[in-house]
Amino acid sequence: MEYVILIVSAVLIKNILLAEYLGCCPFLGTSKRMDTAIGMGLAVTFVLTIATAVTFWVQKLVLDPLGLGYLQTIGFILVIASLVQFVEMFLKKFVPPLYASLGIFLPLITTNCAVLGVAILCIRRDYTFGQSLLFAASSAIGFMLALILLAGIRERLLISAVPRALRGTAIGLIMAGLMALAFNGFVGVDSSLHALMQR
Amino acid sequence: MTLWREFRKGLWHDLPPFRLVLGLCPTLAVTKSAVSGLGMGLAVIFVLTCSNVLVSLLRRVIPRKVRIAGFIVIIATFVVVVELVTQAFFYPLYEKLGIFIPLIVVNCIILGRAEAFASRHGIAAAAADGLGIGVGFTLSLTVLGALRELIGAGTLFDHPVLPLIYQDRPFAMMIEAPGAFICLGVLLALMNAATATKGT
Repeated sequence: MEYVILIVSAVLIKNILLAEYLGCCPFLGTSKRMDTAIGMGLAVTFVLTIATAVTFWVQKLVLDPLGLGYLQTIGFILVIASLVQFVEMFLKKFVPPLYASLGIFLPLITTNCAVLGVAILCIRRDYTFGQSLLFAASSAIGFMLALILLAGIRERLLISAVPRALRGTAIGLIMAGLMALAFNGFVGVDSSLHALMQR
Repeated sequence: MTLWREFRKGLWHDLPPFRLVLGLCPTLAVTKSAVSGLGMGLAVIFVLTCSNVLVSLLRRVIPRKVRIAGFIVIIATFVVVVELVTQAFFYPLYEKLGIFIPLIVVNCIILGRAEAFASRHGIAAAAADGLGIGVGFTLSLTVLGALRELIGAGTLFDHPVLPLIYQDRPFAMMIEAPGAFICLGVLLALMNAATATKGT
């Protein structure tokens, strides 16, 4: 049951984009069209989950025993960068259709702060391996949800009369703000779930 | 004189995050107050200037194929320096910025300047560019932080500014995530409008 709360919390309440501000650049960059939003969302889900699993063991098996905790930032980013490269080569060789749809987004993911951010958050919050995996996967799903919702809104905005100064990123940001306001409505769902569990 | 021009373009022509729409995560996350915006800005000035200089120095040494990985390692090194220094000497700021200090590594402004400018120019020009963009980023973050703090809490740099009656029931949404997005969107629109009337 606590896993359910973890999932609900990561997807809806503490959405990494709309509440934790992680991954905002691709959020605004790839939300202009629905198909790019879906591609980016899937690519992030894929990489974020694998990267968190790998960095968890890097921290527990390499950095912690050797007392190299201060190298966390540099170590994680290297692991993520090489992992992204590896995933790209693997997909290109063995799963060409998936590579064709995700390929152009993969290099961008290295500098997506959601990946590094979630990896570091898992360590800072002392999650177990299972919790880390679940947190990473549900954060990624929350990311994809927000991205696809915003893409839907922005496709509609293309055919509406927006004041010239607001066109493009400005109106996108304001829309994201209104979405964040809506997601704020989920605050408290986790405690009511908790209460439900107690009963 | 050209150095001055490289510096100045960061203050208006390429002002991040408004003209170069990069580095939005720290912009949105740490501008809950003017002080944390300023602190993040100063950290970025240091990392950006140092990494620009080092990338420019090594631009003939790093093979083109692995340049992005090389840039990231250079940037990460300076980020670790910032992380340790703030942890040792500015602990309250370290607490406030939290996870966003290590995340300076993936701030796309820094990698963007390394790739677009520092890897193609001399050391002096790269340093001027880094300083200019860094100062511009700091100014933007401080203004955004001040605005959100003023409306959201009625204070400015932690000093009470608005009357007490406002401070008791401020418009707290400005401090939260929705306020961050909307405030940045409105500032961006004002910036666009100013550009449209001014010409450049």
